[in-house]
Amino acid sequence: MATQNAPGGTGKAGTTRNFKVWRGDESGGDLTDYQVQVNEGEVVLDVIHRLQATEAPDLACRWNCKAGKCGSCSMEINGMPRLGCMTRMSTFDENETVTITPLRTFPIIRDLVTDVSFNYEKARETPAFAPPEELKPGEYRMQQVDVERSQEFRKCIECFLCQNTCHVVRDHEENKESFSGPRYFIRAAELDMHPLDAKTDRKEYAQASQGLGYCNITKCCTEVCPEHIKITDNAIIPMKERVVDRRYDPVVWLGSKIFRRGKQNEAAQAQTPRDPDELGSVHSHAGASHEPEAEVGAERGVHWARQVPHPTAPPLDSRGRLAISEFTFDKAAAPSPFGDDVTFPLPAEGLNYSHPDQPRDKD
Amino acid sequence: MTTRTAPPPAGLPGSVRQRAAITAKTLRTDRWWFAPLITVIGLGAWVTYATVRVFMHDFYWVEDYHYLTPFYSPCVTETCVPEAAHFGRVLPGWWIIPDAALTLPFLLLFRLTCYYYRKAYYRSFWLSPPACAVPDGHKTYSGETRFPLVGQNLHRYAFYAAVIISLINTWDAVLAFHSPKGFGFGLGNIVLLVNVVMLWAYTLSCHSCRHIAGGRLKHFSKHPVRYRFWTFVSKLNVRHMQLAWITLGTLALTDFYVMALSADWFNDLRFIN
Repeated sequence: MATQNAPGGTGKAGTTRNFKVWRGDESGGDLTDYQVQVNEGEVVLDVIHRLQATEAPDLACRWNCKAGKCGSCSMEINGMPRLGCMTRMSTFDENETVTITPLRTFPIIRDLVTDVSFNYEKARETPAFAPPEELKPGEYRMQQVDVERSQEFRKCIECFLCQNTCHVVRDHEENKESFSGPRYFIRAAELDMHPLDAKTDRKEYAQASQGLGYCNITKCCTEVCPEHIKITDNAIIPMKERVVDRRYDPVVWLGSKIFRRGKQNEAAQAQTPRDPDELGSVHSHAGASHEPEAEVGAERGVHWARQVPHPTAPPLDSRGRLAISEFTFDKAAAPSPFGDDVTFPLPAEGLNYSHPDQPRDKD
Repeated sequence: MTTRTAPPPAGLPGSVRQRAAITAKTLRTDRWWFAPLITVIGLGAWVTYATVRVFMHDFYWVEDYHYLTPFYSPCVTETCVPEAAHFGRVLPGWWIIPDAALTLPFLLLFRLTCYYYRKAYYRSFWLSPPACAVPDGHKTYSGETRFPLVGQNLHRYAFYAAVIISLINTWDAVLAFHSPKGFGFGLGNIVLLVNVVMLWAYTLSCHSCRHIAGGRLKHFSKHPVRYRFWTFVSKLNVRHMQLAWITLGTLALTDFYVMALSADWFNDLRFIN
């Protein structure tokens, strides 16, 4: 079985290496020792797959593309946050024990799989791209030189290694509420530098609601980024400087009082509630709507009060775990991650939306 | 078999979920402590040398060649050698007042609030964090949101001051083309010039400079000149860390060279006069 995986042509036999893999779930767990054959040219994710194929069929691990482009196989290898598929086994000594653990910053689901929904919550809170109102889709025109800064940040594969390694939330769980993390700072910078983004309060938002001030630019996000995005130099520091423009620069403040620019700034600031709690309470899933008017408009079409029915959780096996495959389970095919009682397309009456022209029912 | 249900997703009420119970504080096996250690040694040694020199109040001026060390530029106290005080002697001469008391505080502020040095000392002196994925040495953390660290936002003003001080240092380097016979050129001039060029490179590679040069613009296409300036500063900015260390080196070296000439430890190598 293992010989199949040897790269063709080299003929070099694999060596057996020592691994420690964290096994467990939220009730606890520990590092388990394994000896696994490693062949030339392999990466850590190959080793995980070999483990699943041999000794540990129930080892849980997220993965997808094996090419460093999907951002699924984030894990900590010898304590460093890395992508399993981009960490070559040749970077370790043959006698070295390689320790593989799940991302520390997020709640554990099982083995190497963590619940990264913190990041999706922060993503939802970030106001979306807001083009000028008069522009219709298809009329967007911009010059390459104007968008190239934003394009760097579009390389992000959302592996969340930066979010995981950032000590602001990694070592201080209590900061999660007020800190969005490097991934959303590059999002804020991407939009603030975008030539067609008409929103003027992104700097204030980054400072007041994303917790930009928590960052002490120790650059670990940049160090672990598999896409080599210069997160700190090209996004966080420019955003900090933009906040300085607005909040800490008396020269700019004086200039804005004297010149016309003051009125625009004041208008922008009036739109921006400074208190994070206040922002949180008006937050809309539609994005781009931290303005009271947009909220009112959105409310006409969306039933914010309605609770979406929570789907039934997928069935678990006797040990309380998701079944790896139908071979180890009593049902044909793997359970639906959305819950087996959910069918697609979702029934229209359960959606959190009603057409603005229709009367709004109070439920 | 399917009696247990999965816990509710995070974010719903009653769903405080635990992180993986990993006991080791860090599982890093490389020498992650090495970089903070050499930073502490390097910065500690430099600060010690600079402090000793600043309060020495001697060996800062070479009379024959008009070499003035950057640590005493501009020399503004009453104890200054009159020829070395290019901008007058306005402060009282008391040992606790550095002879360059009008500029050193701004230079200190410039380096203290520099985005590179912040990384360096937060990691090495404050251990927050000492290295990536190594736990922070503190129980609570509020970053740069509160006093005093919110003062790091003063970096831009320190940058403006540093530009003025770089101009003064450049002027010193120009005045140093001197000998008792008039014009002169020696190894000391090269040392001073290299120092000034490196100081300019460090000052212009500053992140605040990059922002002022063009980083704050939304449309580069509407400001081609500022875009070119921004591109130039961006290229330098990539080397900001190296320049930060190089300038510490050139400053100490320049000061040591001037001190050695002034104290007659060796003679300047003269090319012209």
